[in-house]
Amino acid sequence: MSKRIDINNLNVYYGEFLAVEDVSLSIEPKSITAFIGPSGCGKSTFLRTLNRMHEVIPGARVEGEVLIDGVNLYGDNVDPVTVRRHVGMVFQRPNPFPTMSIAENVLAGYRLNNKRVSKSQADDLVEESLRGANLWNEVKDRLDRPGSSLSGGQQQRLCIARAIAIKPDVLLMDEPCSALDPISTLAIEDLMAELKDQYTIVIVTHNMQQAARVSDRTAFFNIAGTGKPGKLIEMNETPVMFSTPSEKATEDYISGRFG
Amino acid sequence: MTQSTSSPEAPAENDYGTHPGAAANRVFRWLSTGAGALILITLAAVATFLLAEAWPALAMSSEELGETVSFIKPEDGQSLMEIIGYLIFGTLVISIIALLIATPVAIGIALFISHYAPRRLAQGLGYMIDLLAAVPSVVYGLWGVAVLVPFLTPFYQFLADYLGFIPLFAPPESGEIFTGRVAMSAGIVLAIMILPIITAVSREVFLQTPTLHEEAALAMGATRWEMIKMAVFPFGRSGMIGATMLGLGRALGETMAVLMIISPGLTFSAAILQPNQHNTIAAYIALQFPEANAMGVNSLIAMGLALFVITLLVNMLARWVVSRRKDFSGAN
Repeated sequence: MSKRIDINNLNVYYGEFLAVEDVSLSIEPKSITAFIGPSGCGKSTFLRTLNRMHEVIPGARVEGEVLIDGVNLYGDNVDPVTVRRHVGMVFQRPNPFPTMSIAENVLAGYRLNNKRVSKSQADDLVEESLRGANLWNEVKDRLDRPGSSLSGGQQQRLCIARAIAIKPDVLLMDEPCSALDPISTLAIEDLMAELKDQYTIVIVTHNMQQAARVSDRTAFFNIAGTGKPGKLIEMNETPVMFSTPSEKATEDYISGRFG
Repeated sequence: MTQSTSSPEAPAENDYGTHPGAAANRVFRWLSTGAGALILITLAAVATFLLAEAWPALAMSSEELGETVSFIKPEDGQSLMEIIGYLIFGTLVISIIALLIATPVAIGIALFISHYAPRRLAQGLGYMIDLLAAVPSVVYGLWGVAVLVPFLTPFYQFLADYLGFIPLFAPPESGEIFTGRVAMSAGIVLAIMILPIITAVSREVFLQTPTLHEEAALAMGATRWEMIKMAVFPFGRSGMIGATMLGLGRALGETMAVLMIISPGLTFSAAILQPNQHNTIAAYIALQFPEANAMGVNSLIAMGLALFVITLLVNMLARWVVSRRKDFSGAN
């Protein structure tokens, strides 16, 4: 279920504007990879190219390859809709569907692939996914309440439950804790540590301590100035990145000299 | 709460009293409150007028009314109340036809503009739809009579020939000419007339779907249509109901086009392809008003009261539908 990702010479454009330039890196299965860097350095944009969500923005396109276990996401005969069923995503702000109940939210993605779901199957999947997201005990008595009735941190875990209910190969997280309080953040971080036994997780974060706490490998992105493309500066094992980075810019950033 | 150190007789001057915006703020509050109150006053005035003017006709016995008012013929089974009953039925039949045709088309157009069309085309199309609303209803009536009715009549013939066993499509009695000036035609013209308002409101609602929810759907592998079903429709539900009700409001009250197109009649017939079966309240009032005497006018106002009440009920129904699943509306 968890797969490795290899990115080769990827450029991302918004129209004519080059947003991310020439990124090549590898993401190991069953691990957490963190992308860090200052605002506007293209790390979120880059993350979105891993499940082709950047295509939602008109004019966005890429050059290069993203290989998931050897299959190029940008090859011929690849449908972005199918890609996203294999590469799940959790967003910056919790976004459960407000018109659906908690249980329906969990099932939303699963129902896209399986039109007929029996009651018991559905119940099992809801419980399994919510337990997987460490949310079951908090919501088991109110599964028919709207998803928006939960707290922010609970909503974000509901979104994670929704994402893992379709058993993705990879889970992308775009600053999943930036709208949450420290306690909720801790709950999500604990959850990530559990989820990496099964999934390949990629997280974008503004919070360097978070990257240091949760990730196995860290990639640092930077931008030379406004209007310049974002670039991958370096990538390494997280302890190495935070103790002895090889680039000066990385050291300046993680030591809080800018950003 | 603590003891004041200043002298007890006069409160000391301080810097925390009034500020420059205070007066304007007060004025605006009264202006907006006044505007709100004006609506209530207008509504109350209309309701009072309708009740007071309709009362003489409603209070009179049907025989007396039959003698004084030319268009009320109790001997033909047409007392005031019966006429109002027929007219309410006719109004609802024609409006429902209009709504059934217009709503799906309007929502389709609105979705195309908001989620499918390239931006340039969307703007142009939106503008064209708004232009439809600028066509005067008398022009729609003329067009309906001169172009649409002759065009549709063969289709009606076809429907009546093959589906005539369904009461809805029952053909005119033998000997009667198949004119096409029937409830169906009036409904279709009304559908075109209410299309712009439903489209415009739905489009605005669809455009306001939070990107967050659209992306949530797309990111779990929804196609665009699945995304629309998951995120756009549920979010826009109350807006779509509101849009439809605005359209229905216009359809219920539309006079000219119906008057010009339909061959009127007073029955509870379901046959929407037969002439001389239906009429609407508004068209009936317009038809009878020039010839009506004093009590005749009172009777017509009673019909107007009925229209007012139906419209009110429809709106209340819509509000109730919208509020039923408030928790799930996404407004929080």
